[in-house]
Amino acid sequence: MKTRIISAVLSLCALAAPVAAQNIRIGEINSYKAQAAFLDPYKRGMDLAIDEINQAGGVGGRKLEVVTRDDNADPGEAVRMAEELVSAEKVDLLAGGFLSNIGLALGDFAKQRKIVYLASEPLTNKLVWENGNRYTFRLRPSTYMQAAMLAREAVKLQKKRWALIYPNYEYGQSAAATFKALMKKLQPDVEFVAEQATPLGKIDAGAVAQALADAKPDAIFNVLFGGDLAKFVREGTTRGLFKTIPVVSLLTGEPEYLDPLKAEAPVGWIVTGYPWYGIETPEHKAFLDAYQKKYSDYPRNGSLVGYMTIKAIAAAIGKAGGVETEKLVGAFSGLEFDSPYGKIMFRPQDHQSTMGAYVGKTDVKDGKGVMVDFAYRPGADFQPSDEEVKKLRPAE
Amino acid sequence: MTAASLAVQFLNGLANASTLFLLACGLSLIFGVTRIVNFAHGSLYMLGAYVAWSLTQHLSGGVGFWASMFGAAVAVAALGALIESALLRRLYRSPELLQLLATFALTLIIRDAVLYIWGPEDLLGPRAPGLAGSINILGRAFPQYDVVLIVVGPLVLLALHVLLTRTRWGAMVRAATQDRDMAAAVGVNQAILFTSVFALGSGLAGLAGALQLPREPASASLDLFAIGDAFVVVVVGGMGSIPGAFVAALIIAEIKALCIALGSVDLPLLGTVAFPKFTLVAEFIVMAVVLIVRPWGLFGQPQSIQRALNPAEPPSHAAPRWFYWLAGALCFALAVAPLALGETSYALVLAIDIFIAILFAASLYSLVGPGGMHSFGHAAYFGLGAYAAALLLKSAGAPMPVALALSPLGGALGALLFGWFCVRLSGVYFAMLTLAFSQIVWSIAYQWDAVTGGSNGLIGVWPSQWLASHTAYYWLSLALCVAGLVFLRIIHLSPFGAALRAARDNPLRAEAIGIDRRSVQWRAFTIAGAVGGLAGGLFAFSKGSISPETLSVSRSIDGLVMVLFGGVESALGPIVGAAGFVALQDTIARHVDYWRAMLGFFMLALTLLFPGGLAGVWRRRS
Amino acid sequence: MSLLRIEHLSKSFGGVKAVNDVSFALAPGEMRAMIGPNGAGKTTLFNMVDGQLRPDAGNILLNGKSILGLPPRAIFRADVGRTFQIAATFASMTVLQNVQTALASCARQTTSLFRRADDLHRAEAMDLLRQVNMADQAERPCGVLAYGDVKRVELALALANKPKLLLMDEPTAGMAPAERIALITQTRDIAKHRNVGVLFTEHSMDVVFGFADRIMVLSRGRLIAEGDAEEIRNNPKVRQIYFGAGAEPVR
Repeated sequence: MKTRIISAVLSLCALAAPVAAQNIRIGEINSYKAQAAFLDPYKRGMDLAIDEINQAGGVGGRKLEVVTRDDNADPGEAVRMAEELVSAEKVDLLAGGFLSNIGLALGDFAKQRKIVYLASEPLTNKLVWENGNRYTFRLRPSTYMQAAMLAREAVKLQKKRWALIYPNYEYGQSAAATFKALMKKLQPDVEFVAEQATPLGKIDAGAVAQALADAKPDAIFNVLFGGDLAKFVREGTTRGLFKTIPVVSLLTGEPEYLDPLKAEAPVGWIVTGYPWYGIETPEHKAFLDAYQKKYSDYPRNGSLVGYMTIKAIAAAIGKAGGVETEKLVGAFSGLEFDSPYGKIMFRPQDHQSTMGAYVGKTDVKDGKGVMVDFAYRPGADFQPSDEEVKKLRPAE
Repeated sequence: MTAASLAVQFLNGLANASTLFLLACGLSLIFGVTRIVNFAHGSLYMLGAYVAWSLTQHLSGGVGFWASMFGAAVAVAALGALIESALLRRLYRSPELLQLLATFALTLIIRDAVLYIWGPEDLLGPRAPGLAGSINILGRAFPQYDVVLIVVGPLVLLALHVLLTRTRWGAMVRAATQDRDMAAAVGVNQAILFTSVFALGSGLAGLAGALQLPREPASASLDLFAIGDAFVVVVVGGMGSIPGAFVAALIIAEIKALCIALGSVDLPLLGTVAFPKFTLVAEFIVMAVVLIVRPWGLFGQPQSIQRALNPAEPPSHAAPRWFYWLAGALCFALAVAPLALGETSYALVLAIDIFIAILFAASLYSLVGPGGMHSFGHAAYFGLGAYAAALLLKSAGAPMPVALALSPLGGALGALLFGWFCVRLSGVYFAMLTLAFSQIVWSIAYQWDAVTGGSNGLIGVWPSQWLASHTAYYWLSLALCVAGLVFLRIIHLSPFGAALRAARDNPLRAEAIGIDRRSVQWRAFTIAGAVGGLAGGLFAFSKGSISPETLSVSRSIDGLVMVLFGGVESALGPIVGAAGFVALQDTIARHVDYWRAMLGFFMLALTLLFPGGLAGVWRRRS
Repeated sequence: MSLLRIEHLSKSFGGVKAVNDVSFALAPGEMRAMIGPNGAGKTTLFNMVDGQLRPDAGNILLNGKSILGLPPRAIFRADVGRTFQIAATFASMTVLQNVQTALASCARQTTSLFRRADDLHRAEAMDLLRQVNMADQAERPCGVLAYGDVKRVELALALANKPKLLLMDEPTAGMAPAERIALITQTRDIAKHRNVGVLFTEHSMDVVFGFADRIMVLSRGRLIAEGDAEEIRNNPKVRQIYFGAGAEPVR
């Protein structure tokens, strides 16, 4: 029995034959089932970009092809999928990742196996700083960058007593820590009167809203998202928490998190997000039209990230003139490419892209949550100084 | 913090306690009568929320809202009746673990069904009409709907009490809870009773999920959160005890509310303690403490000695000579395989994962099979081994081979500590205490950023240069896997192994021939922890990184599934089961969108058609 | 000196006195039966002697030393063997392995990880099995044995430690009449041969009156009579309470 199973396994693997050599193969790993709300649109964004590029003749005459794998939200599985993509599927580079721990595991894998990895979504600062490496690049603005965008708005409120609420894991902790550090620098008299770190996905919203109110803060910084955010918004609204207290909130303006709230979306929160309905730049209009034409649906933030991931990779391959790893590393470093957000660059000093985010206020229109009074904040403006980055990043 | 704020937090706790109780009481009821530990209870709760959401989209107004709540409960009850009569009825005489496997398979299927039907986005339901606002309590706005919840919990408790004590049906339920066979003997129609109990329990879960809709969006991750909470409440209260579930729900909800109310507090000696962070594991800490002090939960009765339902496994002997030749030949074939496959073959990577899974499953099997100890938290020792190896490498600067060699120590030390408490318990309570400990270990790894890297874990855990190639690491994994299996087999055939099986077969008799049951089981627990730790160490270096997922419940469950997959009665079971499970998962996850449901159906088919597991199929044929 | 000495032993369950101030003594080599209607307290008394239950009051002395509060395994090591009302063996082992395990336990080898259990105490185990007439079934799994055979294996287990005292709770229950006499005869022979004291309960009166040296009668937790077969047969109190008024003496 044992032999039979193993031989069956071996023959199965042998079946995964090498595919047409002329295609450029991108291995893409993500938590598709576990984070479907973000990643379904993400995959559509990728597919759209692939179509556009291949219809235009591919890159250097070669077509692009994406091989996706579900990592089951487990870093161990993600690494195995990466091994499989590299050895069995012979992909030329890796992309993807949603959860920070998976992004870090894949980044380290890329370093070990010397293959380029473009982390599209994981937000952790460590990916480009403490654990940054030669082969790993990241597209989305990091936790630090987004918190910095909001800190600059928060200072304008001139509130002294702040309460913080964040999901109890690295993303929440580092967002809160960044926000605190920046606030202290920008507004030395700031006080942090309450901190609630809630278990991810299991917030006890009533008690938390109550505890925040009891601390009598002047303003609240929120890092919750998804189901936790919905619970918190509803409880906080019912309990009158937001009536007089302004809220500054990370990611809340992204359709993934704002849309499920429908008419109950909070009003007047200062948020980062993606107001696809109001971005008037020609680059974005083109993307929006193409996306709506293909899918008869509006893009989510995931769609944009997926689309830009592929566009960035295509640009890098074009610049490198091939898929050889060392050439790709050189090409990505300092790569400028056109995106729905305009020209974006991968910084040579830390491999972080300068993709920014929109900062604005939430409102409810026609029974739906939207962002208003928003403006684009380019990622390049919200970085620590180059010296600081150099200190944070290990020497190569 | 003022007395007023504490008082209102207490009310928040009451509202949550009601939800917890509604969720858990159905599980307790079902367990009391059918003795089935229904893993799918959380899925039924989740379905309640989804069905209620769909109904509220069509029915509006106050009547419509409450009709939706009630309709969801009825729909889930009907589904429960269907599950009971079509599936579980065939499993009442099966070993406990097989029932668990079947209900776990249901959770996989239901989750994918929910994703298919309702899509991946969270669905926020409407507020309760007329109860959307708040009332003023001690100067604070308190949601009207929470007041309703505070009332509903005790009302359901009362209704269940009346149902159980004042009706003929209730008398039958109580009789069956006391003694299932006796109830059958005095003429209780088991089929109808069991189906009705399962339907009622499911309906209560559905109602709990529906009633939560105004407070929480329906999402596909509700099932796992709910089942964890439900288990804890039922076990803390004492399995089968409805009032116990109520008290337990109250204690847990209030402790959480208190943690949140306290916020960050400066304490002498300890510095600043952020109490809200404890809400991550508060329930598991409560469960561990309760089980250590009261091994049968707060209101539970000591479980009567289980009548042996299934025939005992065949006696263990050293294998015949031809088997050693065969095993040797197989090992040799596996050892030379890389030469044929080549360094870049994915088969090597998959095989390494399979070797690690086999080692982990075999260590768990040594507890579950010969030890008769159904651990639900074996991932803790796998993870402790992995973290020990990673920390020795990264923080202590130990060379990689040393770090790997010491990884069993990580698992063993953890098992030594937790095992001492666990072996004092048996049956479901043992399982739940192992689960509680593993969750506590997980939460420490998850939150102790400075040492464990928190939720991100530790990266850069790669093998030494000479072991870094796939081929070299394949050989290392193969060698350690075989060594581990041989070690476990030798122990199995030793006097110690005999004493362990004696303590499982018949604890009373074992004590009466001078065997110290607890001591033997404690040692076995530690040995299993050590071998699990070695598997964890191997895992860490094969992936280059570890994170708290290494010690998650789902890994413990995977291990159990592997063991059951292969069959608990055979020493070859974990080998066949782990290899089959990993290979199957790897294949179908790549080719099938709804691979969880597929795996679930596969497991269901296995439990119904081949209750002896894969190895059992093989044995039956030979 | 008596082998086992019970002094004023009492045990209550929720207000019901299951065993009430019972005292007696048992000599080496003596076969002593304990009889009484269901619920008389026989099993409770057994469970106190072998350490499963803690008495509320009184003392239990083995060879003059109190064994009160010792766990069952310690009492086993103090040379007390026990068989259960519902025969208890290890179903997943062969008959031989059962006895080998008991012998390994006696030799304090159950912590040994690297010896092979099947190789230990083989001869001695076979010897014990011959004594209980189970040698020919040594390699059969205990899980498939006839009930009478399970009882024999259990006896062999109880004898593994060369006990001075055997406690046997209904040793012949569930056996065919011919088997009963065979088993109890074996037991008596072993007891006489090794000078082992045997305390047993029994429902089968032919076994009790045919084999016991002395008989005790328990009723509602109290010891109401003690004597040899003849004395018990003719004791009016026993006839009154145990056999019912006007009953014929048992033959």
